[in-house]
Amino acid sequence: MMSTSLKWLLLLSLISTAHAENVFVTLEKDNALAIVDPIEGKLLKTVPVGQRPRGIALSPDNKHLYIATSDDNTIKVFDANTFKELGKLPSGKDPETFALNPAGDKMYVSNEDDSLVTVIDIKSKKVLKQIKVGVEPEGITVSPDNKWLISVSETTNMVHWIDTKKNTIEANTLVDSRPRAASFTADSQQLWVTSEMAGTLLIIDSQSKQILKTVNFDVPGITNDKIQPVGVIIDKDRNKGYVALGPANRVAVINAKTYEVEKVLLVGQRVWNLAFSPDQKRLYTTNGTSNDISLIDLESQTVTKSVGVGTYPWGVVAKP
Amino acid sequence: MSALTHVKTIQKNVIPLELRPIKLYCVQAMRSVKYLTLAPAIYILITLVFNLNGAQAAAKQTINIAYLTQELTPPAALSNLDPFIKEKGVIGAELGINDNNTTGEFTGQQFNLKKFIVPIDGNVNDTFVKEISSHFKYLVVNLSAAQLKPLADLPAAKELLLFDVGTSDDSLRNEECNRHVLHLLPSRAMRADALAQYMMKKRWTQWLLVIGTNPEDKLYADAIKRAAKRFNMKIIAEKTWEHTYDARRTAQSDVAVFSQTEDPYDVLVVADEQGQFGEYLDYRTWIPRPVIGTQGLVATPWHKTHEQWGAVQIQHRFLEKAGRWMEEQDYSAYLAVRAIGEAATRTQSNELPKLKDYIFSDSFTLNGYTGTPLSFRAWDGQLRQPILLAAPRSLVAVAPIDGFLHPKTELDTLGYDQPESHCQWNK
Repeated sequence: MMSTSLKWLLLLSLISTAHAENVFVTLEKDNALAIVDPIEGKLLKTVPVGQRPRGIALSPDNKHLYIATSDDNTIKVFDANTFKELGKLPSGKDPETFALNPAGDKMYVSNEDDSLVTVIDIKSKKVLKQIKVGVEPEGITVSPDNKWLISVSETTNMVHWIDTKKNTIEANTLVDSRPRAASFTADSQQLWVTSEMAGTLLIIDSQSKQILKTVNFDVPGITNDKIQPVGVIIDKDRNKGYVALGPANRVAVINAKTYEVEKVLLVGQRVWNLAFSPDQKRLYTTNGTSNDISLIDLESQTVTKSVGVGTYPWGVVAKP
Repeated sequence: MSALTHVKTIQKNVIPLELRPIKLYCVQAMRSVKYLTLAPAIYILITLVFNLNGAQAAAKQTINIAYLTQELTPPAALSNLDPFIKEKGVIGAELGINDNNTTGEFTGQQFNLKKFIVPIDGNVNDTFVKEISSHFKYLVVNLSAAQLKPLADLPAAKELLLFDVGTSDDSLRNEECNRHVLHLLPSRAMRADALAQYMMKKRWTQWLLVIGTNPEDKLYADAIKRAAKRFNMKIIAEKTWEHTYDARRTAQSDVAVFSQTEDPYDVLVVADEQGQFGEYLDYRTWIPRPVIGTQGLVATPWHKTHEQWGAVQIQHRFLEKAGRWMEEQDYSAYLAVRAIGEAATRTQSNELPKLKDYIFSDSFTLNGYTGTPLSFRAWDGQLRQPILLAAPRSLVAVAPIDGFLHPKTELDTLGYDQPESHCQWNK
């Protein structure tokens, strides 16, 4: 017979487990997924997931975890609680980045070697279409209103606007050299695109598809060619945007109304991808060559901790 | 099922752009005419939007590029491991044209490459004057320094922009420089500086310099000596490999004797550009010392071991197209064609003065898959680029090495920086 206090303790621990936020990080060279408790700031465990895991996403209901295991040429589906492999999606060769539509029933994958975007129906695990895009498609995202699928091609320097109903390219915006990542504002009005070689962030109007603003970065003590923007995200109220500056080892904080760079935060080496906590109070960064992630408190705009996770942390998502 | 066959089954009637012959682009252009609308006003903007859904079509702007090279006689080979490659460079240029045309499909520009391969007994200047100079504005030229000098000095050449993808010659970038010649390969000085930076980091400060008998070997050795001075390294002895050994003497015994010196050294630096003896040195020296230079650890703009910064993708694309690894001339020819493409796309022009201005402007950046944006040095036309330090099966380091600083860009710690340059454009 269990004592009442023990029951309470058990119940409490169950509640806290259920509500504990987890940060998932793909480790490109360890063939594994790191699971981090961002509140405690510590690595909980790593689980093997497949060869060369890179892109990562959660289903909208947070039940499924999708991981592109590039050298297995597939995107694997895992149970987001038990990390048991549930299936594989026909992603095409060498999948790196992919995006889900807001409903979570379609997946769009960049096939870098073949200059294609593969559209997958998640439920049936079938390829619906392959869309020819520019050379080396990389960044991929779907607008929150589900109108546009964006594919960014690195070598063609293009943002392709793909109609999600027709799965055809409707417009193209020429952007700065080697565009990497793209992210919509929550209202789908703007698309933010980073250009790695030009060292710029471009803010594009979704209506006109024209560039509204080119943001340049300046970090004291760092030569311009080290400033190579990659990951970009904007908060849901469109107050601030955040850009990972690659080998400049900084995350830039951008005022999403005036487009001024307000601050640069020192993080780990070759900062790559970014993710918000579910409540958007924290920001997580993967630091490719220092093998850690940085935890940033967004209220105070300070880096609070770095957590060693494993070799070549690549993608990051947070699960409530 | 491989991904490629996968693609083919799904898009039966669409040839992947990579595999499509260049001439097919015209057909493709006509076919897509009804989808293209390009408001003329947009042309002048750098921030262009291309609507594929309109009703009107604009005529394609064409950019014609010539590629000039001469057939080579196969040199004496040390080993059968590396087959003689007849044409290093051409396939790189073709890959560049394909990439340019993919962008061009969206922006209404058509890039054409015409190849001129002069036979061994032919005269490159004749071909240039008769077939190239009055028809082309952009010339990718893969010739030796001895051939490029007289060609670049022809009056007709001044009306073109030449992209040198065949030489590493320092005099062509200094005393003999020309305003209408850009150099894509790193100079010997850049390569030597890259090696020196790495040796400095390793604190291998005492060098034994071994030089072959060809004139190019002396030039390479000069660059090594310049780098040693620049980075305060000591060349403890300098020896020439005379190729005098006969049947009674073998590499095994010869190198051991040859590599003995009065003073100790940390590293053996070899200058043997044609690869006539350098491969014999490693593992055969009197004292165990690494070999660097033209063999052993080499300094090169491109190498098959390189796979960072998206290099895997272009390695795959090249390998698929050529059936061999990309050589440095291929890489340079690719970059030359891409530089023309980048300038033409950004300026929406095919006019030489506009493209040339853009190429020399601060806005110009080129992705070379080496982690740093590439650009041209305004003082000598040399492409700024990182240098890979590669062993036969492993990429050892990428120069500029961390810690070698420069007020503008660390890439300018390699080779002749502006204050050191002997190039005077207005000669």
